Amino acid sequence: MSGDKAQAAPALSVLPGSLGPEAHVMIGNADKFVNWCRRSSLWYLLFATACCGIELMQAGASRYDLDRFGAVFRATPRQSDLMIVAGTITHKMAERLVRLYEQMPEPKYVISMGSCANTGGPFFKDSYCVVKGVDLLIPVDVYVPGCPPRPEALIDGILALQKIIDQKKNFGKTAKA
Amino acid sequence: MKSHAEALPTQEMLINMGPQHPSTHGVLRVILRTDGEVVVNARPDVGYLHRALEKIGERVTYAQYMPFTDRLDYLASMNCNAAWAWTVEKLAGIEVPERAEYIRVIVCELNRIASHLIAFGSFTADMGAFTPFLYAIRERERINDLFEEVCGNRLTYNYVRIGGVSADLPEGLLDKTTEFLDYFEPKIPEYNNLISYNKIFVHRLANVAVISPEEAVAYGLTGPNLRGSGVPFDLRKDEPYSVYPKLEFDVCVGTGERGTVGDCFDRYMVRINEMKESVKILRQAIAQIPDGPVQAKVPRVFKPAAGEVYFRAENPRGETGIYLISDGTVNPYRLKIRAPSFVTMNIFEKITKGLMISDIVAVIGSFDIILPEIDR
Amino acid sequence: MEPKAIFDLLKSRFGGDILEIQEEGISPPFAVVSPEKLPEIARFLRDEPGLSFDSLMCLSGVDYKERFAVAYHLHSLKETHRIGVKVYLPKENPSVQSVDAVWPAANFMERETYDLYGIVFEGSIDLRRILLPEDWEGHPLRKDYKYPEFYHGIKV
Repeated sequence: MSGDKAQAAPALSVLPGSLGPEAHVMIGNADKFVNWCRRSSLWYLLFATACCGIELMQAGASRYDLDRFGAVFRATPRQSDLMIVAGTITHKMAERLVRLYEQMPEPKYVISMGSCANTGGPFFKDSYCVVKGVDLLIPVDVYVPGCPPRPEALIDGILALQKIIDQKKNFGKTAKA
Repeated sequence: MKSHAEALPTQEMLINMGPQHPSTHGVLRVILRTDGEVVVNARPDVGYLHRALEKIGERVTYAQYMPFTDRLDYLASMNCNAAWAWTVEKLAGIEVPERAEYIRVIVCELNRIASHLIAFGSFTADMGAFTPFLYAIRERERINDLFEEVCGNRLTYNYVRIGGVSADLPEGLLDKTTEFLDYFEPKIPEYNNLISYNKIFVHRLANVAVISPEEAVAYGLTGPNLRGSGVPFDLRKDEPYSVYPKLEFDVCVGTGERGTVGDCFDRYMVRINEMKESVKILRQAIAQIPDGPVQAKVPRVFKPAAGEVYFRAENPRGETGIYLISDGTVNPYRLKIRAPSFVTMNIFEKITKGLMISDIVAVIGSFDIILPEIDR
Repeated sequence: MEPKAIFDLLKSRFGGDILEIQEEGISPPFAVVSPEKLPEIARFLRDEPGLSFDSLMCLSGVDYKERFAVAYHLHSLKETHRIGVKVYLPKENPSVQSVDAVWPAANFMERETYDLYGIVFEGSIDLRRILLPEDWEGHPLRKDYKYPEFYHGIKV
């Protein structure tokens, strides 16, 4: 099953009654099963430095609910698999950001949210202590532009990340972690 | 016979409440030395969001600096924008039309309500109650809608200009604001019923980190933190600017209703009461607003006369002061921002001696600090 | 009290240490004082009954091209008047006495001025870099500051 149709249904087929009236067997593609599990419960690390942090909080709160995508916030990197870098990263903070990224267990994903995390934002030209883009420090999967991006834009970014996760190959010779 | 405490030698622990922490309202690092659960010394370490706003101010023009004041305190963007505009207008002697001043006061007070809602929501979330945060964000989203109609953005507005505001209010906005105020006013008693007088909440905040009035003044506290200690000083009443002399409201002061005057609970209640006062101010401003132009004539290449000026405005977090030195060119010569949260952190190390670690979270929340202001 | 009256009171008390009054185009007006007498003048401003400047609004460093300055903005809650005090410092090894014994609010602001300008505040209870990393080189807000190329391997 391709990822476009029936986003919610897993790529598995249920054969009732093949091994007896009470047995249910599911046959499917291991890759798609694992990807479905991973993209449906992206727990994100609460890493909000600046203004984009407020939009992140509002995206997770009453009106634009991130919980319906399975994304709940965790305070510790050990329990999260998505880091949404929301806000400006300064040189003083850079080392801690890399340490937090290294503390997250695999598989992990990074969304760079907002202009400051993408390229340094309005501080690109004249500021001496802003890292001009978080991809100078850690690998980024999705960039969400905006200053700050609306919660709908962030949700669009998370859906794009879900599409990326759907394409990953986890088993076999060409698999990467 | 020695007691257990005396017989068992203990060591002080050095714990890092690091830059990434759910309760520190941003990237604040607190270096704790604790004896068990009791804090011996809590030293704040700031600077993780230092973005050189003052240096940038020396390299851009006066009008170009307006979006940067948004990022100074992003929960009170309109207030910071307006403070910058008032400072430059004081320096250059620009006369702002009355309708523009009323519009500025309306958006500033709406932003004050929005900022105090987040302060209320995140403070109660830090104390362990997550639901009031969702209620607060529900109300704040309605304010965001109003602001989106005014200027197009939900968070960093860049709406105020030197000499006025960038565009007039759209048609029907004042009616929608009145609708919002009618909807919001009964919510404040609802919040008090929900969480404010809850036994656990009061127990966690009463008599914690008491700041006496003399200490508060000496350490430079301003805004709700100062008023929570019983000092009735409000810049809108004592050094009025803009159209505040024409508006009537009360100054909310901490009364020690559940503990001592100047504890965390007082500072929290001052913010709740200030939301009520802001609703009053808004109703009066909407009734009094005149028609007219919204932008004064400011030259395209704006070179104010050389001089130095210090202006301060009452922001939701305290007194935001801007010390501006101009040398007659298009760029400011020196731009110093006196941020309320920065000066509030002065007293942090002193009042956290002897508290528990969970009280540190209550103290940070009751001060309502915001990191970009501290670090600029 | 009017600023003029405050300055006259200061002049009558401290005489030659009040170097000049800056009023033209400057709000609030500044009294320029000599750096050596600053702690005494600060204490007088806070404790004298008619003045009682109990609140330090703002402490800022300034880099005028030939010299540095530290500007103090003071306010009195009781008497509701405002004044400014300024000290000029030379470009080499600028240093002045700290006022955090008089107004404890000065501590963080002095640390920030030290961090960004390099002005040393003698007698301060705690003078360390506050906004920039501990191992940053240079003092950025000086007018002749050159931005570094790299910091810890990351391009600035």
